[in-house]
Amino acid sequence: MMDWQPLLLTFKLAFVTTLLLLVVSIPLSYWLAYSKSWFKPIIETLVSMPLVLPPTVLGFYLLVVFSPSSTLGNWLNEYLGIQFIFSFQGLVLASVLYSLPFMVHPIQAGFSNLSSNISEASYVLGKSKTTTLFKVLLPNIKPSLLTGIVLAFAHTIGEFGVVLMIGGNIPGKTKVASIAIYDEVEALNYSTANWYSFILFLISFCILLMVYLINGGHLKRFWK
Amino acid sequence: MIHIALQKKLTAVDGEMLLDVDFTLKQGKLTTLYGESGVGKTSIFRIIAGLLKADKGLISVQQKTWLDTEQKICLKPQQRKIGFVFQDYALFPNMTVKENLFFALEKGQDKQIIDQLIAIIELGNLENRKPQHLSGGQKQRVALARAMVRKPDILLLDEPLSALDPKMRAKLQDYILEVHKQFKLTTLLISHDIGEVVKMSDHVIILKNGKITEQGIPIDIFTNKRVSGKFQFSGEIIQIQKEDLVYIVTVLIEVNFVKVVAQEDEIKNLTVGDKVIVASKAFNPILYKIDLSNETT
Repeated sequence: MMDWQPLLLTFKLAFVTTLLLLVVSIPLSYWLAYSKSWFKPIIETLVSMPLVLPPTVLGFYLLVVFSPSSTLGNWLNEYLGIQFIFSFQGLVLASVLYSLPFMVHPIQAGFSNLSSNISEASYVLGKSKTTTLFKVLLPNIKPSLLTGIVLAFAHTIGEFGVVLMIGGNIPGKTKVASIAIYDEVEALNYSTANWYSFILFLISFCILLMVYLINGGHLKRFWK
Repeated sequence: MIHIALQKKLTAVDGEMLLDVDFTLKQGKLTTLYGESGVGKTSIFRIIAGLLKADKGLISVQQKTWLDTEQKICLKPQQRKIGFVFQDYALFPNMTVKENLFFALEKGQDKQIIDQLIAIIELGNLENRKPQHLSGGQKQRVALARAMVRKPDILLLDEPLSALDPKMRAKLQDYILEVHKQFKLTTLLISHDIGEVVKMSDHVIILKNGKITEQGIPIDIFTNKRVSGKFQFSGEIIQIQKEDLVYIVTVLIEVNFVKVVAQEDEIKNLTVGDKVIVASKAFNPILYKIDLSNETT
C-alpha cells in the first residue's frame, strides 16, 4: 500500500524552502548583480558550490556543525530550542542551502540583463533604491523570478543525499518521497516504488513544462 | 543661474582624458553641448545628475549646492531636481505611458500636471499602451513628458533625437522647444547636428578632448567670422575634366557633387583628392525648401 505522507512531506518541504529562498535570494541576487566589492567572487563561489559538490558533503558538514555535541548545535538547542538534526527544520535549512544557486542564478541574470538606464531613470525621478527594486526592477524580471521559483521547487523535490544525511528516515518527519522510493526498493516493494517515482516524474514534468510555456509566451496564444 | 565646474579623469578609447569644464547656464535658456563622440558630453550629464562621481567639482543650482568636493557635499540623484531624457529613452517596460508618468509624481504632487503634459505632447490616444508598442518618436515624447513631471531645475537631454528620421526630428524639436518655453525650463542638450543646435539653442558650448574650446551664440560660432557674408563649403576634388577652353572640377561636399568651372591657371596646383574650399561672394544664393513630406512618402 502506498503511503501518501512522504509525498505530502516532500511538497511541504519544497513549498517552505521556495518561500524562504525567495526572501533570501532577492536581496542576495540584487547585491551580486550590482556590487563591485572585492569579495563578491567569494560569495558567488559559495552560492554556486552546491552545483558541483556531492550533496553528501553538504549534509555531512551540516551534521557536524549542528549535531548536539557541537557548540553551535548545543547552544541552539539549549537557548532557542531548535534542533536541526533529524528534524523538519533541518531539512528546510539544508534544502535552502542546497537549492540556493537554482534561485539566485536566474534572478541575478535577470537583474544583470536589465538596462542600467532603467534604474538610473528611476533614481533621477527621485525614487529610492527600494521603490526602484519593487516597482521597476522586479516587475521587469518576472520570467527570471518564475524560473528561479520553479527550479528551486523542483530541485527540492528531487533532493536525496543531503536530506538523508541531515534528516535521516523518520516517517512523517523527515522521510520525503525520494527516500521512500529508496526504502521501498530496498524492501523489494517495486510497485510502491514505481508509484512514488511515477508521481514525482509526472509532477516535475508538468512544473517544468509550465515554465517553458509561460516564459516562451506559448500560453498567450490561447488567451487571445 | 546654474554654475557647473567639473574635473574627472576618463578612460576613453585612445587612453586617458581629463574632463575639465567650467560653465554657467542661464535661467530659462537652452544650452547645447556640441562635440564629437567621446569628448565627455554624456559624462558631464551623468555627473550633473549624480550618477557619476567627479574627481573635483562644484555644482550650484539657484544658490543650492548639489556638489562641492571641497566641502564633501554630494547630493544623491534622488535629491537633485533633474529631468533626464536618456538616449535609449529608458521607459519602464512594465508600465503603460500613463503609469510611466504617474510613477514620476512626487508625494502629494498635484496630478493635474500629468493630464497637462499628455495634452502638450499629444499622447492622449496612447496613454494606455506599453512602451514596446510605441514608435521611436512616441517613446521619445513619453520620455520627455516623464522628465517634466517633477518640474525639474535642469532638463538634461542626451542626444534625444539621434535615432529618429528627419521629419520626426523636426517635429520633436518643436515639442521640446514648446515644453522648454511653456515650463520656463533651464535645458541642457547634447547634439551632433549643427542645424539642430542653431535651431534650438540660445547658447552653444563646443567641447574637444574634455575641454571647452569655444562658446557663444550658435550662429556666430558655426559661421566663419573671418569672412562675413561668404558662401563657402569644404570638400574634396573627385574629378578634373577639360572641356573646350575651360576645366570642369567635380567636388564632393558631404554627400553632394558640385561642378565648378575653372581656368587653366586655377587648376595648376590642384589634383584629384585635394581638399578645397568652394566659395563665392558675388552672387546671391537662393534657398529652396526641401519638402520632407514628399520625400518620405
